[in-house]
Amino acid sequence: MILLEATLAGLVLGGMYALVALGLNLQYGVARIMNLAYGEGVIVAAFAAWWLYTAGGINPIFGLALILPAAFAVNWLIYRLALTPLVRRAKLREQLEVDSILATFGLLFVVQGLMLVAFGGAYYSYGFLSVPVVIADVTIAANRLLALGFALVLGLALYLALTRTRIGTAVRAVAVDPVAAGLVAIDVRQVAAASFALGGALVAAGGVLVSMFLTFNANIGVVFTMKALIVVIMGGVGNLLGCLVAGLILGLTETFVATWVDPGLTLAATYAIFLAILLVRPQGLFGRAAR
Amino acid sequence: MRRGAVIVAIAALALGLLAFVPWIADGYQLSLAIGILNYAVLATAWTLFSGPTRYVSLATVAFFGIGAYTVAVLGEVLAWPVVLLIALGTGSVVALVVGFATLRLSGVYFVIFTFGLAELIRQVVTWFEVNVTRTLGRYVFVDISQEQIYWQLLGLTALVFGAGYAIRRSRLGLALRVIGDDEVVARHLGIGTTAAKVALFTFSAGFMTLCGAIMAPRWTYIDPAIAFNPVVSFQVLIMALLGGAHRLYGPLLGVIPLTLLFEFLLARFPNHFSILIGLAFMAIVYAIPRGITGLVEQASARLRRGAAP
Amino acid sequence: MQRMSGLIRAASVAACLALAAGTASAQEPKSIKIGYAISKTGPNAGGANITQIPNYQMWVKEVNDKGGLMLKSIGKRVPIEVIEYDDRSNSEEAVRAVERLVTQDKVDLLFPPWGTGLNLAVGPVFNKYGYPQLAFSAVTDRAPELAKRWPNSFWFLGTSQMYVGALADLLAKQQKVGKINANVAMISIADGFGIDLSKAAREALPKAGMKLVYDKSYPIGTQDLSPLIAEAQRSGADTFVAFSYPPDTVALTDQAKVASFSPKVMFLGVGVGFPLYPGKFGANTEGVMSLGGLSKDNAGTAEYRKKHNAMHGRDPDYWGSQVGYASLQMLQQAVERVGKIDRPAIIKELQTGTFDTVLGKIKLEGNMPKDAFWVLGQWQNGFYTGVAPQRPGVAELIVPKPAWKP
Repeated sequence: MILLEATLAGLVLGGMYALVALGLNLQYGVARIMNLAYGEGVIVAAFAAWWLYTAGGINPIFGLALILPAAFAVNWLIYRLALTPLVRRAKLREQLEVDSILATFGLLFVVQGLMLVAFGGAYYSYGFLSVPVVIADVTIAANRLLALGFALVLGLALYLALTRTRIGTAVRAVAVDPVAAGLVAIDVRQVAAASFALGGALVAAGGVLVSMFLTFNANIGVVFTMKALIVVIMGGVGNLLGCLVAGLILGLTETFVATWVDPGLTLAATYAIFLAILLVRPQGLFGRAAR
Repeated sequence: MRRGAVIVAIAALALGLLAFVPWIADGYQLSLAIGILNYAVLATAWTLFSGPTRYVSLATVAFFGIGAYTVAVLGEVLAWPVVLLIALGTGSVVALVVGFATLRLSGVYFVIFTFGLAELIRQVVTWFEVNVTRTLGRYVFVDISQEQIYWQLLGLTALVFGAGYAIRRSRLGLALRVIGDDEVVARHLGIGTTAAKVALFTFSAGFMTLCGAIMAPRWTYIDPAIAFNPVVSFQVLIMALLGGAHRLYGPLLGVIPLTLLFEFLLARFPNHFSILIGLAFMAIVYAIPRGITGLVEQASARLRRGAAP
Repeated sequence: MQRMSGLIRAASVAACLALAAGTASAQEPKSIKIGYAISKTGPNAGGANITQIPNYQMWVKEVNDKGGLMLKSIGKRVPIEVIEYDDRSNSEEAVRAVERLVTQDKVDLLFPPWGTGLNLAVGPVFNKYGYPQLAFSAVTDRAPELAKRWPNSFWFLGTSQMYVGALADLLAKQQKVGKINANVAMISIADGFGIDLSKAAREALPKAGMKLVYDKSYPIGTQDLSPLIAEAQRSGADTFVAFSYPPDTVALTDQAKVASFSPKVMFLGVGVGFPLYPGKFGANTEGVMSLGGLSKDNAGTAEYRKKHNAMHGRDPDYWGSQVGYASLQMLQQAVERVGKIDRPAIIKELQTGTFDTVLGKIKLEGNMPKDAFWVLGQWQNGFYTGVAPQRPGVAELIVPKPAWKP
């Protein structure tokens, strides 16, 4: 019973981690942008959902229909305007990595500053779908379950889209080798821009869903950036299934440790697992061998 | 050889002049000087390892924090030099272990690993304090004045530059440059890549640890969130990269202007600081692609061309 | 010529400063400079934005609307000029910003930063330059010792024993009349606040005849507290105590509701008194206990809350805010009684005088207020009522807390 309870809670928490990390997997895995402003995207979407809900009475699930296209557009613009010059300039992949770290670090501050001006530093929270759902005698909050559901659906849908469609194949080609992809008549820039924007839309989905149950303010974006980075790296860059599995492992670790060892060690345990996995598999769980 | 002597002489002169700062500066100016030296040591130490090997490390604050925490635990019990030695020892041992463990990682995997490491150490320290010693924040009432902190940092800065200079001119420095260019080639040349990298990582970490230990008495109160603040790692990384990591003096060129820019923006625009500093970062990335060192090199190349057409 | 006039200007500035420093002179200051460095960004910003910054803004506006602080020595009111910096929630930045305020901006008075850690970090600087430090967002066990070490520092929120002692007394009373069992489940955040309070609780609760059956800490940034709620539920304790931070306080309430965990006594940490809490939980706040509080018949705090709401469009919290505002009123009265910016005299006055504040009359003992405000409160009929210490207007604790409404 306790085992079942901890397992379910862990899966739900892990689903949230995976959901938040999916977008970064596309942005870093395909578009090669190490986006440090990633978590800010989560918070912007959370604020948008909060605002739609409290000011407009629009429930966050319908809110997604507004927020996702907007996030796609904004991220596409960011890529075209702010990041394309860096991509064009970089001769080596390392150079782009360093440049994108620096540029998105700047972007992080800008977005955070804009949120501070708009909302101040205070905490925000609203309640939506905070109702118990009973599965096999275990009670779980409906909104958290919903986040897990979204993570699974989005993760699988993306995985299928990438492996079963022509466009998906093109995206994977760009992820593996942008130069060779260009040689076989793939418009690398368009694919990269679209992947970055799609990643941004996924981040927004994550933000909207977690805003239903987490209390947030303009300053906590970096928490999500770091969690997402760890999930992506642990799962293997560019691998969506790896991302899901890694998220779930982290979630399960946290709840198991909280239940049987000591809640004070949950985060220590997740970092330890992460480090241990990297030591055994330096390219992440499902990562391909080095370049 | 003569050029080397000139450089050493200039550095010694600068050092001598800087030692007088505490007598002419007021409290704030001294504070600012301490801030600059703090980041100068950290960024230069970071570059010692990351410059030649091109491994981007986010573990800076792990070592800085170990130093600060050593002082928090032992500062009131033991004599100051002993505390510093213990800090140095602890930091070096951790670095040695980590160095051996992380060698298989490359690229971004190493970046995130080092970040995870810093967070892991912070979590473990927190847990230990909460459950074993039952106090989280520690009070550091050590009798060390701001002037003394300044002089210690100045001495450490001199050491880190001296060490960097010596390494660059040694066989180890050459070996590291080869590793940075191509690790496979380096191995075929018979370079012990593992030993070289670990040695340098440990060396660089030692400086970071000492820096943390020296800074700790400034804050009276230390808890893991203060000692292991990840912002420090990022700030060091940004300063070193903007300055230019391929020269020994590069980080300094990033640290000084950025510290002053931070101060200026924080004071003049406290409510819009984030937006402005962000825009400044982005502008620098677009306008100065090769770091400030790149600008300096360009300028000196142009001068030389102008002198000998 | 120009350099000449520059010199003269510099000399006159120096003269003004000499005056500001308290030496007698006939010249009049144009303004009183008050500086503060506070966390506008970083992890502390959430707290600073609710408890501290709004009070600073409100107090300055009110004083300036009246024409400024009344300085007897020159017989007129002098308006306040504010210099504010962002310390980015960072000890090093905070120390440097305060140094800058003192030595570069030459401010006449300083306001404290937010939080225990930062107040301790800047303590030596305040002390070195002799500025009064009226900390009202720091709870530390060493407050009495600190007040001795730095006589210019005032610790308005007191020590953790003060809060936990009051809680232990209330629980013991309920247990003796048989309303709750002796078992307590306690969780605490692994940060200064949670650790200090839980440490005090480990001593105080058994002394009061209570038993800790579950006692764990959790790290900052924990995003799922359901395992802790489940364990507390299984422990069979009638009393659930959480020394938590705002995001966790909200998450704990949410999770307790979802898990239908409705302990007879539910005590949560920072955040219960934030405006977002009743906003989010409405009638479900009934019976929840926390720090701080309000009494129905205190006209001062009621008016304070009204003014705060009018200026900022939201309520202040129920703990630090009103204490902080009262501390600013005390500073104002101390300055006006001294009649000039003479910091040692102002500190002396703060230590010994009696002041009229929104909380009523306050006289400090050992640089800390004693029984001047509600230490513990409970939501009762939509009003966050003070339930401890025993002072006029105290309300009876409602036990058991009513069950959650869907």
